[in-house]
Amino acid sequence: MSWMDQSDTCSCVLLRLGERRFALTAEQVAELAAPSRVFRFAHRTPEIDGVILRRGRVVPVCDVAERLTGKRLTSRRFYLIAARCHGQGMDWIAIPVSGQCELIRADLTPAGDSDSPHVAGWLSYSGEVIEVLNLNALMPASHLSEPPATGNVVPEVQAQ
Amino acid sequence: MRPHTPHKTSQVRAEQIILFRASNEIFAISSGSVQEVRSVDSVAGAPVAVGEPALKKVRHAIRRGDKNVYVVNTAIHFGLRPSAPALVFLLRKSRVALLVDSIEKMTTMTRLQALPRAFCNEEQTWYRGLTVLDQNVVPVVDPAGFVTPEELSLLDAATGSGKLTEFGNAVGAESAI
Repeated sequence: MSWMDQSDTCSCVLLRLGERRFALTAEQVAELAAPSRVFRFAHRTPEIDGVILRRGRVVPVCDVAERLTGKRLTSRRFYLIAARCHGQGMDWIAIPVSGQCELIRADLTPAGDSDSPHVAGWLSYSGEVIEVLNLNALMPASHLSEPPATGNVVPEVQAQ
Repeated sequence: MRPHTPHKTSQVRAEQIILFRASNEIFAISSGSVQEVRSVDSVAGAPVAVGEPALKKVRHAIRRGDKNVYVVNTAIHFGLRPSAPALVFLLRKSRVALLVDSIEKMTTMTRLQALPRAFCNEEQTWYRGLTVLDQNVVPVVDPAGFVTPEELSLLDAATGSGKLTEFGNAVGAESAI
């Protein structure tokens, strides 16, 4: 039995959205990236702002601040690149944050039935109770059926 | 956890694409899916007006043999501000033509990335994916995504039920195309 199995303590990344702090489990977080150009094109998913290029990969930018705090971020200091799992696949998402992020270890309390779907749990840190985010509940969900398994829907394909 | 860097393969296949503008935005389409590029002027005398209120993006059809080729206003299809299209792309093996503003250039892409799944609405059917050209992200349109089979049936039904009128009789139709 590992140390992790014996304890509710886990590594989390604290992120700042305006006046509030939230957390993601560290295993979901890839990196903190400096702001870069956001590419925008026609689409119908309002939660997505556009995409950025990161390590040759196109990463959608999803500003969750308004949904979590009621206010849009006035300044984007970094993008927190995080992984979102769906079925057997995984997507990278860039979350704009307004300040430095912090890697901490803290005791995690699982979310209760009365908590919002976007809350995966709670942690206490520096006298503050912080929501640990459930990314899947925050990200837009498909309104269409899963696309057919053709060559153009695999995560990355060569041009035909 | 780090994002994987893109796979490198020894045999990179290139695909020729046309970069075109619609309402000042740039899109890419495989040149292999475009059979003909014509100016709007060259087809202005031939089209017939389509009056299907549920499909505002299709206002005209071109008669080809015994079939109608439906002309889709690309800007309206993508929910962009209507512009003044100057060109018509007649798509290969399709009953769809596209009204576009202009051709930016022809080029090749060597890599097509799937549209991230966070884009979860109609854009899933609009695009084959995204490509990166000169450090710009360009959506690559899916030629089959402009008119669904259901919409095609609707248009056929509309034109078959007498809603297709001679283009010359439609007031303002020439300027509209």
